[in-house]
Amino acid sequence: MRHLLSAADLDLLSATELMDLAEEMSLLQGRQVKKLPALRGRTVVNLFFEDSTRTRSSFEIAGKWLSADVINVSAKGSSVSKGESLRDTVLTVAAMGVDALVIRHHASGAPQQATQWINAHVLNAGDGTHEHPTQALLDAFTLRRHFRTAEPDLTDFAGKTIAIVGDLTHSRVARSNVLLLRTLRADLVLVAPPTLLPAGVETWPAQVCTELDDVLPMVDAVMMLRVQRERMSGGYFPTPREYTVGYGLTWPRLQLLRPGAAICHPGPMNRGLEISAEAADAANSLILDQVAAGVAIRMSVLYSLLGGSDDSPPPTREPEAE
Amino acid sequence: MRQVLIRGADLLGRGRGDLLIQDEVFADSLEAHHDVELIDADGLVALPGLVALHAHLRQPGREDTETVASGTQAAARGGFTVVLAMANTDPVTDTAEAAEHVAELGRREGLAQVVPVGAVSKGLDGTELAELGLMARSAAAVRVFSDDGRCVADARLMRRAMEYVRAFDGVIAQHAQDPRLAGPDACCHEGAISGRLGLPGWPAAAESTIVARDVQIASLTRSRLHVCHVSTAETVDVLRWAKARGISVTAEVTPHHLLLTTDELLSYDPLYKVNPPLRPAEDVTELRLALADGTIDAVATDHAPHARHDKEHAFAEAAFGMLGLETALAVVIETMINSGALSWATLAMRMSMAPAQIARLAGQGRHLAIGEPANVVLVDPAARAVVDANASASLSRNNPWHERELPDPVVSTFWRGRLTFRR
Repeated sequence: MRHLLSAADLDLLSATELMDLAEEMSLLQGRQVKKLPALRGRTVVNLFFEDSTRTRSSFEIAGKWLSADVINVSAKGSSVSKGESLRDTVLTVAAMGVDALVIRHHASGAPQQATQWINAHVLNAGDGTHEHPTQALLDAFTLRRHFRTAEPDLTDFAGKTIAIVGDLTHSRVARSNVLLLRTLRADLVLVAPPTLLPAGVETWPAQVCTELDDVLPMVDAVMMLRVQRERMSGGYFPTPREYTVGYGLTWPRLQLLRPGAAICHPGPMNRGLEISAEAADAANSLILDQVAAGVAIRMSVLYSLLGGSDDSPPPTREPEAE
Repeated sequence: MRQVLIRGADLLGRGRGDLLIQDEVFADSLEAHHDVELIDADGLVALPGLVALHAHLRQPGREDTETVASGTQAAARGGFTVVLAMANTDPVTDTAEAAEHVAELGRREGLAQVVPVGAVSKGLDGTELAELGLMARSAAAVRVFSDDGRCVADARLMRRAMEYVRAFDGVIAQHAQDPRLAGPDACCHEGAISGRLGLPGWPAAAESTIVARDVQIASLTRSRLHVCHVSTAETVDVLRWAKARGISVTAEVTPHHLLLTTDELLSYDPLYKVNPPLRPAEDVTELRLALADGTIDAVATDHAPHARHDKEHAFAEAAFGMLGLETALAVVIETMINSGALSWATLAMRMSMAPAQIARLAGQGRHLAIGEPANVVLVDPAARAVVDANASASLSRNNPWHERELPDPVVSTFWRGRLTFRR
């Protein structure tokens, strides 16, 4: 794997391998000395054109625990307004001798464009309303732990039905999750008011439904999407109150879920809007597990991109410093 | 007296003949002198000089991307003998003085006739009429008015503009795009591909709803409407309906909308960001049919040069537009002649006679006949080449055909008897 731009870059085997490796990486989180020498001497730049404390720090910790040199570059604001083109910004950063660029951008496709201009590995840390593949991996990783009964294998998601609920039009998390969870053989149901269903959703590998109450009793997990503040006044639905009544995971709706059905949310949550406090804090809520999985998944991805690439020494899994 | 004898060309595909150019006009080939300059046109097709109904020459204001000199050189290479220069320059062509300035630049530096298009509204801001009558009465004799780049969205302003230009046989060339359906962030066609790519798009209805409104206004005002760069099957339906009722509406299609589709978006390459946006293959099919049957009257390039640094942004933030003057005929041959959808004579209608008629250009789009202005392009129907953006006469490089193999038709172009391009 040279870049990770889209969840579509992963097939069943490679996605499973990334999650298996993340399981190994997560063991490190419990240790006192959290450091592997795997990426020593490699440089990772977090190039963030859009603020994101959570994703950025999670990539930063992941890189540092793998002993990479991690540098954060903030390039907030539109390149048009700054007068520097995207190409120039990317070339400038890459010219410093970077092995991997972790790119977060407010515009869809920017990480893919970057691969045309530079040789470094590019990792999409969320681009516009397109994709956020590491978020999908950590969601799948968390759900896999929840679903599995014995040792993980390739069929952990077979026969499982997962609902993704909310602003599908503007959600990069949803796009990556649809691709990845389908690759993992899950059955998907997308639930949103018609104004928040993306153009061409009928071509997606998922069922589409506009009634949340019809869907909840049949799912093994429900993934609630964040309603962005700017959508609330964008005419996509009349009022936040009406949205909650139609599409929020309210306390009464919790009763519709089967026992043990998991609740996910990529965060940050609007409690009381798309998700009630009762749902967020329910026993079967995986929301904090999702956050915890972020570092392990990003270590796994960084290692897979950089540790085993052709332009680097073979991945000698050196003994860990104790 | 200067004479050039073009010998044995296939005239509009209707049969071989000789063309004698004498100074600026065609003369009887029997009157050729013994020392006439001979051009052997065996195997070549002769077409009347092409008419570029819709191009952006960027002068004044963005001379780093195109000038009247470079743009008309590109036009001559493409077989064009006249270019209508859109009004969205800086300053905007919204006064008689601005229009005369562009026309004068053309006279001084042009390798083709340059005819300014006047703005419909002052500063293209869509609220107040520009001085349409003064532009029409000026030395530039403006007849085509357009806020192109923006839609005349206000129905009342559109009505008044259409009524007003009827007095001097003007035409309003509308960039049909509802600004509410095509929001400020929209950057491509809204459909399955934009949905997957997470690119904000605008639906076909943003175009066709405005055209549906405007043909009714044309009917109301008994004035002439021209629809710029038709890109959707829905618009074609509206045009068929309006023409069947005798409403005075004409329409153009760009070469890129005859061949490129939304599939190009998959690369996120802003080279393919254009307004109106590339549409799905089903629309392309309908556009070709409409051009063949005359529902769409003309091909127009919408040649839109941009500096590299205005294109090398994220897709949503890059400038709209692509080059077209040099490759227009190549693309029309590829899509319409090579598929058998158009004859050479009908191609000449769509690329020369009809656009000249829409713009009321007296000395352009004429037949290759004795006494007519000697505007002619010699075409090699079989030649092909790989397009090289860097070999362009344009100052810009946003050429969507770069590295594609296309016909390479233009052998030479004569504008009023003057050789403006020879391969």
